Amino acid sequence: MKSKITPPIGKISNMSGRCISLIGNDIDTDRIIPARFLKCVNFDSLGESVFEDDRKTLKGKHPFDLEENKNASILIVNSNFGCGSSREHAPQALMRWGIKAIIGESFADIFYSNCIAIGIPCFTLPKKSLEEIQNYCNNKFLFLEIDLKKSFAKSKDLNFNLEIKESSRKMFLSGEWDATSTLLENENLIENKFIQLPYIKFTNNLL
Amino acid sequence: MSQDTLFDKVWDLHKVSSLPGGSDQLFIGLHLIHEVTSPQAFGALKDKNLKVKFPERTIATVDHIVPTDNQSRPFKDNLAEQMIKTLEMNCLEHKIRFFNIGSGNQGIVHVVAPELGLTQPGMSIACGDSHTSTHGAFGAIAFGIGTSQVRDVLATQTIAMNKLKVRQIWCDNKLSKGVYAKDLVLHIINELGVKAGVGFAYEFAGPAIDDLSMEERMTICNMSIEGGARCGYINPDEKTFSYIKNKLCAPKNEHWDKALTWWKSLKSNENSIYDDVIKLDASKVEPTVTWGITPGQSISINQQIPLLEDLSPNDKLVAKEAYEYMSFKPGQSIKDTPVDVCFIGSCTNGRISDLRVAAKVLKDKKVSKNVKAFVVPGSEKVATEAKQEGIDQIFKDSGFQWREPGCSMCLAMNSDKLIGNQVSASSSNRNFKGRQGSPSGRTLLMSPAMVAAAAINGKVSDVREFID
Repeated sequence: MKSKITPPIGKISNMSGRCISLIGNDIDTDRIIPARFLKCVNFDSLGESVFEDDRKTLKGKHPFDLEENKNASILIVNSNFGCGSSREHAPQALMRWGIKAIIGESFADIFYSNCIAIGIPCFTLPKKSLEEIQNYCNNKFLFLEIDLKKSFAKSKDLNFNLEIKESSRKMFLSGEWDATSTLLENENLIENKFIQLPYIKFTNNLL
Repeated sequence: MSQDTLFDKVWDLHKVSSLPGGSDQLFIGLHLIHEVTSPQAFGALKDKNLKVKFPERTIATVDHIVPTDNQSRPFKDNLAEQMIKTLEMNCLEHKIRFFNIGSGNQGIVHVVAPELGLTQPGMSIACGDSHTSTHGAFGAIAFGIGTSQVRDVLATQTIAMNKLKVRQIWCDNKLSKGVYAKDLVLHIINELGVKAGVGFAYEFAGPAIDDLSMEERMTICNMSIEGGARCGYINPDEKTFSYIKNKLCAPKNEHWDKALTWWKSLKSNENSIYDDVIKLDASKVEPTVTWGITPGQSISINQQIPLLEDLSPNDKLVAKEAYEYMSFKPGQSIKDTPVDVCFIGSCTNGRISDLRVAAKVLKDKKVSKNVKAFVVPGSEKVATEAKQEGIDQIFKDSGFQWREPGCSMCLAMNSDKLIGNQVSASSSNRNFKGRQGSPSGRTLLMSPAMVAAAAINGKVSDVREFID
């Protein structure tokens, strides 16, 4: 059992850690956290259930069960990771297991925004570079240091220029990824917008 | 970059500001919540000492965890009871209108909002559920959000989001007999792939789309997300307007005329520019069934499960996983695959027209002895209407169990689950590994009519053999 993970707060610029590689395209959020674990009113205990069914099927051989990955924090995936359900429980479960950043070929849209909203940067790399990392991880430990400002990842043997959406990069560096207070700063604009919308007049207070 | 499409017009209308990072702050006109993805959002409001900014713009119902056999309270499942109680308390505390069980308006959130006339053209709609894209059928821009964004909508009525690109999917001709909206959308996802829609909103258009009823259009938009598109929409037309007219929350009297003029101005037109356009021939679509573990892995009823060498390099990895998980052999026919469970329901195909179509197939027929079949109406309204039409009786007479409304075995958060490696013929939207409640359960997605045909024969069948 891992020690309790504290969710990130404030500016996020550098992260480093051991990589854990999970091979497969179209890994959906039902697999990351099966629906039965959604019966909860907080996210605190989700970490231990991450990939529960896949792990049971592989009987200890799933990357999230291997001893050498126990303290890994950078997840390496393939394409369309996190497709399917909008459940934020999926990135929450990954985060509470210990994942701080994800590098993959592509991410599903809702999963990506959920990761941004809870402070997990998702970077993309071309398929070839990912295969290179995943092959490396087969034999050796890969300890990556990520510099978000330069979108660069370095290690003893491998270096990569990472891609990340510019808006996400800026939000992590400024701390605005935790969006509520930034959004609230525009309270006047929000109220003006509310009044201007044509349909508010004919739908407001109907219920 | 797209210009002058409905998506552009509605997005621009709702844009509150450009945020420092470069994304847009978007006003959410209608916020829908349910018991599963909202409790942590309300918890976060409490932690931050914030109020719900526009409580009248949020509507709640309960759908994911509700039992469909016995709905008396407290629920047998303590965790489910705790979740509904939390929602009840949060709605009470924040003065949010809540359609609870027994209200006459409870049901799957994406079935309920259109029924009430809440879903209207030109709105921005968000909900902590990926199938929020359903509401795009009315010419709204609607998308799923996570719990942190639910928190943001509650606190500010806005979210931070990057504008999507727009791909038009033009569907020529018409669907042939025995082929339904579900077949069309499965076909589209198969053609384009499950990740083609990442970063895009899908505009579904063309004669085949115009020809669809509003409920069929909802089926199409509902599954946009299965093609990777967070948002899918259809330009509003006379069918849209007449569906909304006289609904509980529809604009009334002089507001109706104003609304109509505005709605008509929103459509994409000949000046619209798209980031991408795809054309396909709807008349070529046949009854379609999934064989794998993603909604993109489908074939028409008379086709064989693809051989590995016939697939693109990108599709091979998941195909191998699918053969193994589903215990299917490449080259095998999907037709005549025995099924154990038949499920009709969900936000994709749990509306009254879906039940009518299935009932027509089932009338005077019996469900195979080897099959457990059940139907879960999408809402209390759907259930009432079905009872008035005698449809519930047709289902019961055939051997289907008639259940109470909810999401049920689409995602199996209640007690409706597959057991072991059972095969289900399901009118729902996802055939992911373990999706229907058993870690080794197998799901074949198809139209409700095809589920009815499978229930009668006890195996995957061509519904066209059942209809005149």
